[in-house]
Amino acid sequence: MSDLVSKQQAAVTLAGDPFSPTRDPHHGHPPHLAHHFETPEQQYSSAKVGMWVFLATELLMFGGLFCAYSVYRHNHPEVFEFAHHYLDRSLGAINTIVLITSSLTMAWGVRCAQLGQRRGLVLCLVLTLIGGAGFMTIKTIEYHHKYVEHVWFGAGNRYSKHYQGPSINEGPFGGHQSESALRMTEGERQEAAADKEMMAPTTQPTESFGPAFVDPNAGTPDESKIKPTQVIPAGLSTRVRPEVGEEVRYEDLPQFEKDRVSTFFNIYFLMTGLHGIHVLVGMGLITWILVRGARGAFGPLYYTPVDLVGLYWHLVDLIWIFLFPLLYLIH
Amino acid sequence: MSDETIEPSSVAAAPGEDHAGHVHVVPPWLLLAVFAALLVLTFVTVAITHFDFGRTVNVWVALGIAVAKATLVALFFMHLKWDSPFNGLVCVTAMFFVALFIGITLLDSKETAVNFQPPPVPAARPAE
Repeated sequence: MSDLVSKQQAAVTLAGDPFSPTRDPHHGHPPHLAHHFETPEQQYSSAKVGMWVFLATELLMFGGLFCAYSVYRHNHPEVFEFAHHYLDRSLGAINTIVLITSSLTMAWGVRCAQLGQRRGLVLCLVLTLIGGAGFMTIKTIEYHHKYVEHVWFGAGNRYSKHYQGPSINEGPFGGHQSESALRMTEGERQEAAADKEMMAPTTQPTESFGPAFVDPNAGTPDESKIKPTQVIPAGLSTRVRPEVGEEVRYEDLPQFEKDRVSTFFNIYFLMTGLHGIHVLVGMGLITWILVRGARGAFGPLYYTPVDLVGLYWHLVDLIWIFLFPLLYLIH
Repeated sequence: MSDETIEPSSVAAAPGEDHAGHVHVVPPWLLLAVFAALLVLTFVTVAITHFDFGRTVNVWVALGIAVAKATLVALFFMHLKWDSPFNGLVCVTAMFFVALFIGITLLDSKETAVNFQPPPVPAARPAE
């Protein structure tokens, strides 16, 4: 009897010691409720606000890339109209559908977790994973085509000044997106070289057409530091304005636009690449909750991780919803 | 709001545990309807490129459809429709600042870079 009492006393002592390994770690509350929260409800809503703040920073991070895209497209619309022909819009559309479908299965998975349907949750998460893998497979096919056709990023882009690859008339160009109009012939290359020659340091712009630039603030401290290099007559644009329905061809682009074609691919790879990394991270997270869910960790009382990973996955879908028309569907 | 909502009594909640009372379960028909709408809008956004409304209008049409799709995803798949409004506020604030960022940058770009051309090669300096 005295033995039992001493055991009870020992238990009380241990329970009061927060560092004891044998104390009840949850002292009466559900195992998923952290000590610093009053109720599971409070914990759940705190977690969700935290996730949304994180998603907000994600939106802002992609916002920087969308800003670069907007400025570049605004200033060089015909570069986009030319360069987007290298993107396969069927593959882009298929990927959109794949990602939307995986969003549906993810949302359904959250529903299963809420209802405590373990098998449904596992099935939905596996389908979502397959969707993510399918998306990345198609993306890899697209990237591979661009690598093979030397429209890669940086120096791997045939339109880049720093292009290091083989001459574009050689090499293994497949049938994919290989309309001859998209490629420069040897003559065009010479022409482009001649264009560069024109801009060589020996030549000076001798005359500008139109009236000379008049700075209204000349002589004052507000005088503009940057003078326009060329004043063009009002109503004229230096840009190519193809007729409606006419495709922009590389040969039609002025030299300073030709020099910028490779920037389109840099933007494309940066945006879709960062998005692809997010897909991979999302797949990792889904695998994690899949393992936990298969062990029965989630139910109506606790499904926060499933919900938050779902939010992340939907955000990835949401960003692709903007990337697809902006990159692939340029008229 | 009359959708399936698990009653606390049905899940044997512990005393003081009202978490389950706030579970909002999206009904399957709604998930499928949103999915169908997203598919239709994807089809529309591809099909609409065959019509030429001019360079600017086409961009805005594509953006409008994308915003509609994003709204559907955020409201129903991401539960914002039933969430605490604060979460929606966080989302809308982020979107607002992205729009502000891009808008103001574009305004500046419009003012300064319309006819931007590479600067002429500077005149060779006289040998000293």
